[in-house]
Amino acid sequence: MTPGKERAVFLARASYRQRRLRDALRMLPVLGVILWLLPLLWRGAGGTGIAVQYVFGVWVFLIVLAALLSRRLVPDAPDDAGEDADG
Amino acid sequence: MMSFNLLVFVALGYVAFLFIVAFAAERRARLGQSGWLRSPLIYTLSLSIYCTAWTFYGAVGYAARSGLEFVTIYLGPTLVMVGWWLILRRLVRIGRTQRITSIADLISSRFGKSTQLGMIATLIAVVAGTPYIALQLQSVTLSFAVFAEAGGEGWQTADLNRAAVWVAVGLAIFTVLFGTRNLDANERHHGIVMAIAVEAVVKLVALLAVGIFVVWGIGGGAAAVLEQIDQSPIANWDQSGGRWASLIFLSAAAFLCLPRMFQVLVVENADEAHLRTASWAFPLYLLMMSLFVIPIAVVGLNIMPEGANPDLFVLTVPLATGQDGLAMLSFLGGFSSATSMVIVATIALATMVSNHIVVPLWLNTGRTTGASISGDVRRVIVTARRLSIAGVLALGYLYYRLSGGGTALAAIGLVSFSGAVQVLPVMLGGIFWRGATRVGAVMGLLTGFVVWTWTLFLPSFGSAVVSAEVMAMGPMGLSWLRPEALFGVAGLDPLVHGLLWSMLLNTAAFFIGSVLSFPTPLERLQGAQFVNVFADTAGAQTWASSGAGAEDLLIMAQRILGGSEAQAIFQRHAKEQGKDGFLPDVTPDFIARLERELAGSVGAATAHAMIGQLTEGASVSVEDLIAVADEAAQIMEYSNQLEAKSAEQERTARALRAANDKLTALSVQKDAFLSQISHELRTPMTSIRSFSEIMRDMDMDAADKARHAGIIHDEAVRLTRLLDDLLDLSVLENGQVTLNSERGVLSDLITRAVDSAGASSRKIAISRKPAREAVVLETDLDRLVQVFINLIANAAKYCDAETPELKIIVRDIDGQTTVDFVDNGSGILPGHQDMIFEKFARLADEKRAGGAGLGLAICREIMERLGGSIAYVPGQGGAAFRVSLPKARAIAAS
Repeated sequence: MTPGKERAVFLARASYRQRRLRDALRMLPVLGVILWLLPLLWRGAGGTGIAVQYVFGVWVFLIVLAALLSRRLVPDAPDDAGEDADG
Repeated sequence: MMSFNLLVFVALGYVAFLFIVAFAAERRARLGQSGWLRSPLIYTLSLSIYCTAWTFYGAVGYAARSGLEFVTIYLGPTLVMVGWWLILRRLVRIGRTQRITSIADLISSRFGKSTQLGMIATLIAVVAGTPYIALQLQSVTLSFAVFAEAGGEGWQTADLNRAAVWVAVGLAIFTVLFGTRNLDANERHHGIVMAIAVEAVVKLVALLAVGIFVVWGIGGGAAAVLEQIDQSPIANWDQSGGRWASLIFLSAAAFLCLPRMFQVLVVENADEAHLRTASWAFPLYLLMMSLFVIPIAVVGLNIMPEGANPDLFVLTVPLATGQDGLAMLSFLGGFSSATSMVIVATIALATMVSNHIVVPLWLNTGRTTGASISGDVRRVIVTARRLSIAGVLALGYLYYRLSGGGTALAAIGLVSFSGAVQVLPVMLGGIFWRGATRVGAVMGLLTGFVVWTWTLFLPSFGSAVVSAEVMAMGPMGLSWLRPEALFGVAGLDPLVHGLLWSMLLNTAAFFIGSVLSFPTPLERLQGAQFVNVFADTAGAQTWASSGAGAEDLLIMAQRILGGSEAQAIFQRHAKEQGKDGFLPDVTPDFIARLERELAGSVGAATAHAMIGQLTEGASVSVEDLIAVADEAAQIMEYSNQLEAKSAEQERTARALRAANDKLTALSVQKDAFLSQISHELRTPMTSIRSFSEIMRDMDMDAADKARHAGIIHDEAVRLTRLLDDLLDLSVLENGQVTLNSERGVLSDLITRAVDSAGASSRKIAISRKPAREAVVLETDLDRLVQVFINLIANAAKYCDAETPELKIIVRDIDGQTTVDFVDNGSGILPGHQDMIFEKFARLADEKRAGGAGLGLAICREIMERLGGSIAYVPGQGGAAFRVSLPKARAIAAS
């Protein structure tokens, strides 16, 4: 973003992984929304018992995923400065 | 049956325990041993104030009434936490770099440190937050009542009210004690954070204990309970999609916007990295809090008598089954939920009220210019904050009394949420969109607040405030303004309806106002800093050079922060500038940093206003902004220049290196030449000496004598020629040569040269094109012929082809006559090409060389004197020399 500072077009493997890890983190809430809105489309396919198990199952899934991704993430990787630019 | 007194005793003991925990934490923090006080675990647990008594008691009641819908309140925050990289990380970074003290401060600071916006945001927060505090008071008093009843002492309304007063007073004391102890520059409260972390554990353990007891103690295991769920009144899965989605959105938004959540998420955050752990650990906490809600609700509905309040199942189920200890734990859990929420909410609201309402008003009374006593502003702020805490709790109590503490309160939770989220569009717009302006923010907040008040808040009081007639027909018969059917949109759930309209109109007003208005310079600066918080963490200049003295600033800082803290800050800055003492130079940078320090205590708007008083309003202007932009442009220009310069230097360095290489090579050749020339001189001298000795010492006949004399003569001639060459070159080089300009035809000159080359030229075939050679010249013809002779003789001497051939080609290139001498030998190696015209140059391995390597050097000197040039032309299939004749002297033959 800063003018005059050139941004690398291609990244080393490690920083490339970090970028994609961030992309995955960004998508996590979207995934959560989709999975949790799904039960609304159920029509007579089971009662609250099933819904409870489904909602909590998704919950556990999201927590595990968030834990795995956040643990592998390096929060202040060197190429952090311009990360807003590449979306 | 345990006695009610025991319960009161345990509750008091628990409170005393919390006091001790908070004191110990503060002590440790003061001693600098705050290591694990600032751990991700404590941060995560402190977030649990999201789970209030409304969760602890209310969720079960909610589930008993509406089934699984209660869970949406926890799904929203889960989404926000797992998506921390999107919003939370940015909020926390901004909060840390800008020293944000509350959500009102964030909005005020973003939109040009506007006092007005801070007030509006504070007002919304107080109005939306008060009912929630009332809800907590109600839950605590209700739980007391449950035990009183169980103990045989039926409570009347008066008893409930008295209990509520005592709870409120106790909370006020705790909050004042730990919330306003230090007007810390960064607004962190270690004692309180530690206490609520402990309470978080207590409430989780309590709810899990009740849940486990209900599932395995009463329900008969997980599978049996699941079966019970499917048999229960809430078995049918007929969730309204609108409510489900709206509530997830609402809870996610509220998680970001509630003042108390902002306090723990952003203000109390000690380290950005804590978000990483909290991103999964807090959803896990929420999951565990929600896990047993439905089982408790279902089992409660089964075993409790008809008409029992499901909101209190968490307490009444253990009591009804004789589990007094569990009930006590559950009571403590509920008590913890309520108190921790009230404490943090009160601190957050009190900070906002004191920073954005009381202090600006106090500054406006004009008493600030009077006697400036060290710490007087600080005292005002602390007092304001203490009064605000008492005031907020009093408001909560008042609301509790006015609403009658009935079921109307239970419904207020979501209404309160939707009031708090009215700041969401402005907040997100502020941190992601540079185009957001103060005017737009004011319009958005006011629109959202008005719509929320009309569609949700006022109707929540029941018909006492908004009559049934208005609800049904609209105010003054304006049916399109009916609170639950704005603009004729009827049939929606009232909450979904109110949320939809308030958010839509709020966002629209914010957007339109922003697009149509023009921001002030300070707004634009702040906007850029907020939106680009990751790209540019260094603060931009918000102050022009000012007339304020360092001493005045120190006096003012002392008034706000107190003597020792202010002096410490000044001393630190002075040291950074390399000065001793307490008074640093007043640079714009120093003022900006001081303002930020002050903003950590009194909020951005007040800090800005107070510094503005001293610097006489020398705040940043459009001109300054442009100057800053110019400065940036200059810096870029300068760096471009530097780059160009360094490129030029590199070029120069390359040229120098090449020159150096050439000099080194030349020096080597010079040495070689010296030995060569001495050899060349010595050889004829040796033969002359030896033959003259023979002639002197020996008798010989005339023929021999003549022969020997001939040899001596030849050698002497050779010697002379060599010396002539050297002399010639030195004359040419010194420019002492005189030129005799004559007219002649080029073909004649070449013929003369070929003839003069004599014996040697006969060895090589010469091909010419006489027609092209008909060029009339006016120059020193003898010298030119000397050049030609040299080139022809060289070709004859060095051409190594089987049948040597020399082409002499005359051309007219751009009006200049050139004569090329191209032989068919192996040519000259690229490495030697730039060396052959130097004097002393002779290709080392040439055995056939007869001269001393002066020929080409002489040629070059001659051509330069004549105004032409000679060059080696590579790639012609052999050695090729191009003689360019002097331009002006070449006259086409007519």
